[in-house]
Amino acid sequence: MPALGERLDPEAIALLPQTLFADGRGLPSGRGTVRQGALLYARLCVQCHGPDGRGGSAPELAGGRSPLAGDYPDQNIGNWWPHATTLFDFIRRAMPMFAPGSLSDAECYALTAWLLERNGLWPEDVPLDAAGLGAVRMPNRDGFDSQWPDRGPPHP
Amino acid sequence: MWPWGDGGVVWGDRWWSKLAIDDWLNPGGLRVQGNGDGHERAPGMGRRRFLQTSVGTLGLAPLMAAGTHPAWTRIPGAPFSNYGQPAASESGVIRWISANADVPGNGVSWTPLQDLVGTLTPAGLHFERHHNGVPRIDPALHTLTLHGRDARATRWTVAKLLRYPLVSRQLFIECGGNSNSGWLQEPPQAAVGWLHGLVSCSEWSGVPLSLLLEEAGVARRSGWLIAEGSDAFGLHMSLPLEKAFDDCFIGLYQNGERLRPENGYPMRLIVPGWEGVLHVKWLTRLEVADVPAMSRNETARYTELLPGGRARQFSFFMEAKSLITRPTLGDALAPGDYVDIAGVAWSGRGRIRRVEVSVDGGGSWQDAELQAPVLPVCFTRFRLPWRWDGRRAVLQSRAIDVTGYVQPGREALLAARGRWGYFHYNAVVSWAVDEDGFIAHVYA
Repeated sequence: MPALGERLDPEAIALLPQTLFADGRGLPSGRGTVRQGALLYARLCVQCHGPDGRGGSAPELAGGRSPLAGDYPDQNIGNWWPHATTLFDFIRRAMPMFAPGSLSDAECYALTAWLLERNGLWPEDVPLDAAGLGAVRMPNRDGFDSQWPDRGPPHP
Repeated sequence: MWPWGDGGVVWGDRWWSKLAIDDWLNPGGLRVQGNGDGHERAPGMGRRRFLQTSVGTLGLAPLMAAGTHPAWTRIPGAPFSNYGQPAASESGVIRWISANADVPGNGVSWTPLQDLVGTLTPAGLHFERHHNGVPRIDPALHTLTLHGRDARATRWTVAKLLRYPLVSRQLFIECGGNSNSGWLQEPPQAAVGWLHGLVSCSEWSGVPLSLLLEEAGVARRSGWLIAEGSDAFGLHMSLPLEKAFDDCFIGLYQNGERLRPENGYPMRLIVPGWEGVLHVKWLTRLEVADVPAMSRNETARYTELLPGGRARQFSFFMEAKSLITRPTLGDALAPGDYVDIAGVAWSGRGRIRRVEVSVDGGGSWQDAELQAPVLPVCFTRFRLPWRWDGRRAVLQSRAIDVTGYVQPGREALLAARGRWGYFHYNAVVSWAVDEDGFIAHVYA
């Protein structure tokens, strides 16, 4: 079989993007405050996600607290998302959609802090950093049942 | 210009002007300007306009002796083309686009299943799901990097990957969100493709992922592989390493040609039988890890909330499903009409074993004929000849796959999955024929 790949040297390996994991591995240094996050949200996010993250052309981020077991469940960050690290990762790689990848790590911490605060998951006066974010326990963390390893087709 | 005189030609009992024929053969609004064939005209002079002209102005033209040959047999045909396009009169066969008005690159386009036959979807009609647009990638600059746990970090250029031994498989890809309008309380009224067309089937060719994993020294089959795309969304998804070794490959070709940009050019991950979002387009990075990334699209999305508040995660397989693609909404039947009920079935778990069709809303079922060959994880075409007797009928199909799994009815699916599952909707789809022969989408 051919082996045509190029082996990367340690310098090139150090430059590779590192996946951010739910236990906080891969979180960068830096910090941001809830207040900074509020200002960034008003500038970059509100036009799609709506005032206070209540939703618009983009999904609701905060606000509704209707339980997941109820008739009209709110699948927003506080009610639904299992990991806070996912929020930081998603903002950093994909938001805002008109300029993805444009936010600094500090700005991503600030937006994450504000969104967690809006969901009652982070105090207003404490800056968010890697240690803090890695320690946030989301209310629905254990609400997902992995279908892998596969146990055959579900019914239905 | 056309090489005949100003007198036009006679076809049937009518004289046709040169301009009108030109227009009939090449409707104006659809042509690519400046492609060198020498025929330029104002846009908008299409077939409909010609028909008006032929009964109006041309009615005054001198009637010549009746001929028997169509006009296009009296003139030289169009010249060669570098890349063929569908007939201009087939311009209605399109992907229907539903996108976010604030983010035009976030949305879907649907495969027009009602207009297609056979088992392969033309590349230009393959469904699309993009989260932030189609990146314009320079293949000379694009690379694939494999790194992480146990791996000696290795990088391939596109040119290098093209030199590996390629595998080819005919495989369907279905978006996990396909058919999610089935969760609505009232059945939406649209042709089958606009409700269920986030599924397509192609012959994909590429490099087995197991070759690249072995080249990078990855031996353990336990753990996860995180695949990341080079688009403005940076979409990344985790899949079990066991599946990666088993039958995944780096897709480089679709239906014999290199991938289209909207299908992942220059390369995408192919994950046979598993949900579409795992077939990461514009693939650029693979990271071996002991745990999944818990990315946004494997936690907050592409998971299924169940009654009781718990949710399914990593529900990778696309379970057996079938659709009647004709007749469909928009068709009208006349009493006594012969109708070839036809459609497609597929299963992420392997071959389709049987497709049953009902014309009485599930009261009775008949085996449909399956078109050979029946391939695993591939569209399987079925048909059942039927004569409509003029009374109300409800047409349904249900697939049974190699595992014995039977495609569920809608009530059974909702009972098990509730109202907010959103993804992996694979219930039986029903089409009612009313006494006037019109077809509607119904829940039955």
